[in-house]
Amino acid sequence: MIAYILRRVLYAVPIALSVSLVCFMLVHIAPGDPIAAIVPPNTPPEVVAHIRQEYGLDRPLPVQFGMWLGQVMQGNLGTSIATGRPVWSDLSVAIHNTLVLALAASLIGFLFGCLLGGVAGAFRGSWIDRGSAGVAAVGISIPNYWLGMGLVIVFSVMLNWLPAMGAGADGATGWDRDHLLHIILPAVTLSIIPMGITARTVRGMVIEVLGQDFITLLRGKGMRRFGVFWHVAKNTAPNALAVMGLQLGYLMGGSILVETVFSWPGTGLLLNNAIFQRDIPVLQGTILVLSMFFVTLNLLVDLAQALLDPRVSRR
Amino acid sequence: MNAPVSPATIDTTQAEPLVQVRDLHVRFVSRDATVHAVNGVDFDLAGGEVLCILGESGSGKSVTLRALMQLNPPRRTVLTGSIRVAGHDMLSASERALSDIRGRTVSMIFQEPMTSLDPVFTVGTQITETILRHEQIGRDAAQARAIELLELVQIPSARQRLQAYPHELSGGLRQRVMIAIALVCRPKLLLADEPTTALDATVQIQILLLLRSLQQQLGMGMVFVTHDLGVAAEIADRVAIMYAGRFVEQGPVEALMQAPLHPYAQGLLGATVHGGMRGQRLVTIEGAPPDLESLPQGCAFAPRCPCSVPACVAAVPGWRRPVPGRTVRCVRVSDAA
Repeated sequence: MIAYILRRVLYAVPIALSVSLVCFMLVHIAPGDPIAAIVPPNTPPEVVAHIRQEYGLDRPLPVQFGMWLGQVMQGNLGTSIATGRPVWSDLSVAIHNTLVLALAASLIGFLFGCLLGGVAGAFRGSWIDRGSAGVAAVGISIPNYWLGMGLVIVFSVMLNWLPAMGAGADGATGWDRDHLLHIILPAVTLSIIPMGITARTVRGMVIEVLGQDFITLLRGKGMRRFGVFWHVAKNTAPNALAVMGLQLGYLMGGSILVETVFSWPGTGLLLNNAIFQRDIPVLQGTILVLSMFFVTLNLLVDLAQALLDPRVSRR
Repeated sequence: MNAPVSPATIDTTQAEPLVQVRDLHVRFVSRDATVHAVNGVDFDLAGGEVLCILGESGSGKSVTLRALMQLNPPRRTVLTGSIRVAGHDMLSASERALSDIRGRTVSMIFQEPMTSLDPVFTVGTQITETILRHEQIGRDAAQARAIELLELVQIPSARQRLQAYPHELSGGLRQRVMIAIALVCRPKLLLADEPTTALDATVQIQILLLLRSLQQQLGMGMVFVTHDLGVAAEIADRVAIMYAGRFVEQGPVEALMQAPLHPYAQGLLGATVHGGMRGQRLVTIEGAPPDLESLPQGCAFAPRCPCSVPACVAAVPGWRRPVPGRTVRCVRVSDAA
């Protein structure tokens, strides 16, 4: 088991390295000059060149990458071109907010997804199954920013039950009533896709597990519904967890549109602004941190699977 | 269909036998087709007796066995007839009542030790959960019982094996674990669905001897399904030959094996491969078993039978008793005077 953990952690290192290279390069492939975005239009070229030199943007790309990576290793993500503040100070707040939102959304999605998928799989072919398949299909197909706007119109504008924008009065997340009310709409919006995907995975797994020989043996030795359910749950859990881990990763990086709709002060909003301002250090830092999050999450999911299913660590 | 006729190898004036099956029909119904898997099976089994059901794949052996404890897929299966096991009417029992009977009064051992144990639970858990399901004892006592059971089925270093997962054990050991699970409550009836088919030849004989000795030690009645004649000869008191969902012949193992009376039984026993046949052509039964979606009229074996007569297809032949204790469904066999 320990050897397995070490091996998985070692595998993560080259993945992390190549991810950082790709995200560094991607930003440089994108068109647009970051310096031009921050200086007044009639700035003399010498000044522009000077600023460019200051940010190190005149060096060859491999050198830039090396310098950047060196700084990143020391925990320094650089300075925002747009605001002049260290990237990490804005990013840490944004990541916290996004993480809270993503966790809330995946929790909702996971719980309801397991419920829908489990019931659908257990009563395969019944109206419950067809109904939940429909719900799951709709959930996966609806663009979530559209759903977000719809929810805002219904619950904020028409019913005036829930706040439509922001994370709360102080722009951060917390655990009091006001903050929790703010999180409901964006979290529900974001939970729909993970819910649909989890429901489909869990349904398929439950059907597969219920068809296994050992289920007949369980019935044959007199186990009642709950006893059988427990076996099905433990057999389904590794796959459901793997799907959920991936979904959490997507939610960390993929909520740009929804965060923009709800003005949620998270990484999505930060990225959105950085893109429009050509704020390369912020972009690079954010993408890198999010990717590392994804890599770490995958690692954790693999390890959790190994814990739940004794056969995994043997491979 | 013919009227149910009791083969009554057990004297009916005695107390009720352990198992009593009358005119059992099992159909699997789906949207596209109805499969007639079992088409009128009657038999009795006394406590402590071993009945071996012999037949080829698809003849309905396993379905008959599973019907005895209502383990066929519930929504697609249609059962008619009557099954009584240890005084319980298995066809009218509620699912709740059945789950009390299963694992306590009747247990089953399955063919595939590889897939019949849950891969993500230790074998210890899988044994103790069965004990805890049926008996009001504590976890520690259940643990101790599990070790006793593993020792009963001759698994070495039983205590450590409790922590093992199924994939860490060999096929033979897994089959022993499955037998241990089946024996948790000392059942009156043990059903074995080809328990040695998936095992190596050397392991097969060990498992077979173990089953035989446990059956005698615990005095269980046993129904053993196999297509292996050698296995049947080894373990059975009585043999039933099954074809296309019907018993075509039953009788004491030696008599039936030495002189089968039904043409199918003769063909089946004649088609065995044994030593001293090197270089000879293997004997087979011409033709193929009938389609269970549309059975032929009359005797299902008639189309393949070398000696069929018009009476064979007129109606399903009833039971004939050429000698006491033997019954045959063949028009060419005549009752004892």
